[in-house]
Amino acid sequence: MPETKEHSSAAGEELERWQKETLEPSLTKRTERKKSFQTVSLKEVDRLYTPADTEDIEFSTDISFPGEFPYTRGIHPTGYRGKLWTMRQFAGFSTPEETNARFKYLLQQGQTGLSVAYDLPTLMGYDADSPLSEGEVGKCGVAVSSLADMEVLFDGIPLEEVTVSQTINAPASVLLAMYLVVAEKQGTNWEKISGTLQNDILKEYIAQKEWIYPIKPAMKLVVDTFEFCTERVPRYNPVSVSGYHIREAGATAAQELAFTLRDGIEYVSWGVDAHLDLDRFVPRMSFFFNAHNDFFEEIAKYRAARRIWSREMQKRFGSTNPRTLQLRFHTQTAGVSLTVQQPLNNIVRVAIQALAGVLGGTQSLHTDAYDEALALPTDRAALIALRTQQIIAEETGVANTVDPLGGSYYLESLTQKMENEALEYFRKIDSMGGMVAAIEKGFPQREIQDSAYQYQKAVERGDQIIVGVNRYAMTDEPAEVPILVIDESVRSHQVERLEHTRSTRDNGAVQNGLEKLKQAAKHNENTMPATIEAVRAYATLGEICAALRDVYGIYEEPAF
Amino acid sequence: MSNRKIRVLVAKPGLDGHDRGAKVIARALRDAGMEVIYTGLRQTPEMIAAAALQEDVDAVGVSILSGAHNTLCPRIVQLLREKGMKDCLVLLGGIVPQEDLPKLKEQGVAEIFLPGTSTEDIVKFLRENVKPRD
Repeated sequence: MPETKEHSSAAGEELERWQKETLEPSLTKRTERKKSFQTVSLKEVDRLYTPADTEDIEFSTDISFPGEFPYTRGIHPTGYRGKLWTMRQFAGFSTPEETNARFKYLLQQGQTGLSVAYDLPTLMGYDADSPLSEGEVGKCGVAVSSLADMEVLFDGIPLEEVTVSQTINAPASVLLAMYLVVAEKQGTNWEKISGTLQNDILKEYIAQKEWIYPIKPAMKLVVDTFEFCTERVPRYNPVSVSGYHIREAGATAAQELAFTLRDGIEYVSWGVDAHLDLDRFVPRMSFFFNAHNDFFEEIAKYRAARRIWSREMQKRFGSTNPRTLQLRFHTQTAGVSLTVQQPLNNIVRVAIQALAGVLGGTQSLHTDAYDEALALPTDRAALIALRTQQIIAEETGVANTVDPLGGSYYLESLTQKMENEALEYFRKIDSMGGMVAAIEKGFPQREIQDSAYQYQKAVERGDQIIVGVNRYAMTDEPAEVPILVIDESVRSHQVERLEHTRSTRDNGAVQNGLEKLKQAAKHNENTMPATIEAVRAYATLGEICAALRDVYGIYEEPAF
Repeated sequence: MSNRKIRVLVAKPGLDGHDRGAKVIARALRDAGMEVIYTGLRQTPEMIAAAALQEDVDAVGVSILSGAHNTLCPRIVQLLREKGMKDCLVLLGGIVPQEDLPKLKEQGVAEIFLPGTSTEDIVKFLRENVKPRD
């Protein structure tokens, strides 16, 4: 017999009546397709949600109005009626010249913001000519080794007008410095620049694993950028606290939510401990979430994120400033959900995931290209991904009203479950001494690995279906798609510019800048001014990171 | 046939940190009764070959998602052969374009597993292809 929930209220009695009179006769005639129905996070979903499921959710305190605490329905009173989300496609490959051309193409096609993908050597703080960079230059993103590359990357793109997001973490302060110097050379006042630096080192140790230094000095570098930007680049977001990579590594939706927000709390604590003004730096923190396949679970996650953040900022830090309490976020569709098999199906997946992000009230959105399980996107694939957002914005009508799904019994119940699960994780992490301590113990890492394995098993059992992979598979693929190939000549091109830079710069100024940086790091001073000075003298990324490694050492991951 | 368990080195070469696949495979092979050694991140081909020799493994499973497979895999195979590990299988898993597959096999990669592969297929491949020892 199907389970029935116990309810004492009028709504509960009504439900019981329906179960007895209507449901049970129906189930005796025809059973359901499966014994249990689960989300992509392997969480049980009930047959039906009714007022009985939302009895302890109060409209005034839990749901409320958009633009008002606890911001469940969004941070803007008018939702997307005032301004659509920013369409910000993550792009970067090969040389700075090639990526610059892609940026200009995307802007011409109506994209409203830029987002830079750097290659692995850049992410790890190595120059293109490092032996460790062999085979990796320009492959997963654009190669940037010095200011000379950055100048080419943004050539002809006015940084005063276009907001740029940079996905860079361990060496983030260096790439921020390069960006600021390029803006300065364009004649732009830093106070006018807006954009975002990912700079979320905690999720590197948890999931993405592109680290350089040990955790504590790495956190110090993050706080340095908070302090510097608050004073000098006040419209810039110096961190994008990211759940995206946590989810891609295998976390459930609730784990993504919990670990990301707890990371956010950790950054706020470190900022407060460094005597930064809470209501000046927290409003410039932004977040970044994944949009996975389970439509309602994702929308619930975004709504819960806003509610939790505002409550925690109030409870833990005593803030009453709306801008501190409001969580703003970027969304990217789930790369991990894309299939190599029947790749055009990915266009459909991306559209549905993007729709979830929009219904969840995202501030900006990246839609993956259909060929991303195969390689970096071609022009054509990148264009369809952008058009997908434009169709959602202009044709579907979902942007006409604020939080259109608010009040749904299922969604509100799921939003509350999501919140409760995240708070349970907060209790565990707090009891370990905070997120840095929890990471050192390997706690979030193990939780994520475990979820990844459980999901793989569920796919192999056939409990989770992937169309074209474990169901509706075809031996002859109906569509061959062209893919982007990055050849090894990119490296020689980059090495050539690097050699030219090294031979034409003032090496005395470089040494001087690097020495100042080391001194700042040693004496626990803010490292940003010295980083900017070194960058201006064309010290390379590899040289700057080597100088900091000399002072801070490197991170070695324990076996978890 | 001896009762020796199949020993596999799961390796993650290159600068990439995406280790979800490597860790899922390591656990699945362990659950299938194999002995698995995971190298951790950012191992050079030299480090991987040295670990394979030291651990006396039957197979090396290499996980690469960054596009650096054409540089890294042939070198791993070559270093293993130089160390006299003639029967040690090299398996590759990750994002590898179709057109790279024939060349990688020619260069000594025993099998390439693309996204969507079941861990059971990898277990089966190892059981069928690892050379029994005396």
